[in-house]
Amino acid sequence: MDIQLLGITVLWVFLYGYLITASIDFGAGFFAYYGELTGRDHIINKIISRYLSPVWEVTNVFFVFFFVGLVGFFPDTAYYYGTALLVPGSIAIILLAIRGSFYAFGNYGAKKSRVYTFLYGVTGLLIPASLSTALTLSEGGFIEEVNGEVKFLAGELFSSFYSWSVVLLAIVSVLFISAAFLTYYASRANDEPALELLRKYALFWSAPTILSSILVFVALQQHNPIHFERTLDYAWFFIASLFCFLIATYLIFYRKRYGTAFIFVMLQFFFAFFGYGISHLPWILYDHITIYSGYTNETTGVYLVLAFIAGLCLLVPSLVLLMRLFLFDAEYVKGNKS
Amino acid sequence: MNNVELDSAMLSRLLTSLTLGFHIIFATLGVGVPLLISLAEWIGIKRNDPYYTLLARRWARGFVVTVAVGVVTGTAIGLQLSLLWPNFMQLAGQVISLPLFLETFAFFFEAIFLGIYLYTWDRFKKPIYHWLISIPVVIGSTLSAVFISTVNAFMNSPQGFDMVDGVLTNIQPLAAMFNPATPTKVGHVVMSAYLTSAIVLAAITAFHMLKGKRSTYYRKALKLTMTAGFIFAIGTAVIGDFSGKYLAEYQPSKLAAAEWHFETSENADLVVGGFLDNETKEVNYGLVLPNFLSILAHGDPNAEVMGLDQVPEDEVPPLYIHYLFDGMVGIGMFLAALTFFYVIALRLKRFNPENKWFLRLIVLAGPLSVLAIEFGWIFSEVGRQPWILWDIMRTGHAATTANSVGWMFVLFLLLYVVLGTLCVTVLRKMFKTNPAENELEEIARTK
Repeated sequence: MDIQLLGITVLWVFLYGYLITASIDFGAGFFAYYGELTGRDHIINKIISRYLSPVWEVTNVFFVFFFVGLVGFFPDTAYYYGTALLVPGSIAIILLAIRGSFYAFGNYGAKKSRVYTFLYGVTGLLIPASLSTALTLSEGGFIEEVNGEVKFLAGELFSSFYSWSVVLLAIVSVLFISAAFLTYYASRANDEPALELLRKYALFWSAPTILSSILVFVALQQHNPIHFERTLDYAWFFIASLFCFLIATYLIFYRKRYGTAFIFVMLQFFFAFFGYGISHLPWILYDHITIYSGYTNETTGVYLVLAFIAGLCLLVPSLVLLMRLFLFDAEYVKGNKS
Repeated sequence: MNNVELDSAMLSRLLTSLTLGFHIIFATLGVGVPLLISLAEWIGIKRNDPYYTLLARRWARGFVVTVAVGVVTGTAIGLQLSLLWPNFMQLAGQVISLPLFLETFAFFFEAIFLGIYLYTWDRFKKPIYHWLISIPVVIGSTLSAVFISTVNAFMNSPQGFDMVDGVLTNIQPLAAMFNPATPTKVGHVVMSAYLTSAIVLAAITAFHMLKGKRSTYYRKALKLTMTAGFIFAIGTAVIGDFSGKYLAEYQPSKLAAAEWHFETSENADLVVGGFLDNETKEVNYGLVLPNFLSILAHGDPNAEVMGLDQVPEDEVPPLYIHYLFDGMVGIGMFLAALTFFYVIALRLKRFNPENKWFLRLIVLAGPLSVLAIEFGWIFSEVGRQPWILWDIMRTGHAATTANSVGWMFVLFLLLYVVLGTLCVTVLRKMFKTNPAENELEEIARTK
């Protein structure tokens, strides 16, 4: 494995980490808001807040880590994406800022407010939508370089079928991942009413994830046939993903082993996400940057990898500790420990 | 800077200043407050004094809210570096991405343990275990500041590469990170963050005392924050002096502009304040301290100090930075004097440092210390102009070519107004609905 491939794999792993942790967070926000609208907030909100309070900051860092790493390993991405993403990127930042700080204001502050819950719920859907445009852009056709100036073709993006299919998939996946996790969390807490409700949400959003994935494939075939052909070379990734999805849904449907079910949901997205990533290579931005052309110099690359390994030795035990205290400590999950 | 034009480059600068100017308040508190929380908790455990433990708890509760704003605005500035300065990141990213990357790790580390710290106050049998969790938080937050400051140091004093026909070769990331500006920059940023955090907490305490709350709890809080503030003030001043010597050696035009030093000369005088006559380049009404500039720059009253006459006209930074520099140093000295006086008064027991007027001064010191941070950063950034990368890349050449920067500025301005207002409102409400007195009563009952 050459270092460029190693670099992009590391970054992809972190983006996957963000995908899972952020989806749980984003979806939870939506469910909390929906619960309030339908008068069911008392059932699920305690579960949601007990999980989210200690971990939301960590979620955010996964994302920061990804883009700082991307610019570090592949500085050319700063040049192309930086110019093209000024508006969608800024909007995503503002949504993230509203979401993060309002969460803190609402949760650690004196009183819950309807406005906070509303914003927390809505941003939960808008952020994945706006962040997913970065992946859409990477397929090419939305960025043009004329006389050394990078131009972003916003009109193309908004009128693209592919772009909207990705947005749909992003939103639906967020809700499915989140519901599947919260179902597990509620079952650990022995919270029957919350479990029932969240399980219903998980089942409701299960089929749409698969349908919208198929839609993305159809759209990709039109938008970037070369990439589509490559996904067929890696078909087993997507078959494995479907397989994991079926197991997860089966378990949730028959009220069995919610923890295992969630692991299979994670695997479902792992295979789909990495299948997508591998077939995308070597392009980072189709037609403009590959992992080889956009790569930083050898020395910096090696230092970054070393820093990454050292950092990982520090982070993994810390993350394990975090999870043991708040995820796997049954007493905490049940609310018996503050 | 003459004939200012609102082009993409200028708007990018404005938007970056806006984000940094807002973020730095929360970042500064984010670096310093964990140290004070940890200190209070430790004293509480060592002396078995519930007042200090309560201090740590209440500070931590407020801290979460400011940390949230710090996190989201930090994410904003991290992304804006690429969104607004794509050419700079493409070039500099090759050399200086290592500390940027490390900063994320430090921050990650801090975030994990902060989450644990906040939610495990009563989960351990021995309180010292909970205190131990504060250590990675302190280390993580300080290291974040260290790493990110090396990036800024690199912009002031780039090294660790060769530039051949616009292409970077022979890249050495460690040399870039540990450049000549690093020691003073890092030291000054970290120490002044500790100082500001201590002073802000002292100011909040003094504010309450002025409202007639004079119980032991508040007096202990004031003692801790002012004493810590005194130590940090000394540290900040010493490092600040080294910073002057660094500038004289590596960025003499920045120093010359800050001090309105036009003619290269020996026995250079230091001018404090004053007004500049743009025609004659003479300073009116300034306080002149003979030979002090030579001392500041080289530690020798006879040393020669380079003036702006040696600097090409299009490389002279804006001269208004003189006021920013004087403002920063002035406030720093005020803080040092204030905390010194407090410590002395406490020792001698002849003068009561808790009298009304002294408390008012401490309250005033809170916003002033934050202002000094703003002055310092604007001085450092504007003083580096016209360069984004000293002597290598001009700011104008680094900015984005996208043309919606103006609108983004408006959006972010709105965002920061909302965040700033809500942050203050939420904090005030939080401590009003649950005043320390409630929790103090509980302590009294359990004792």
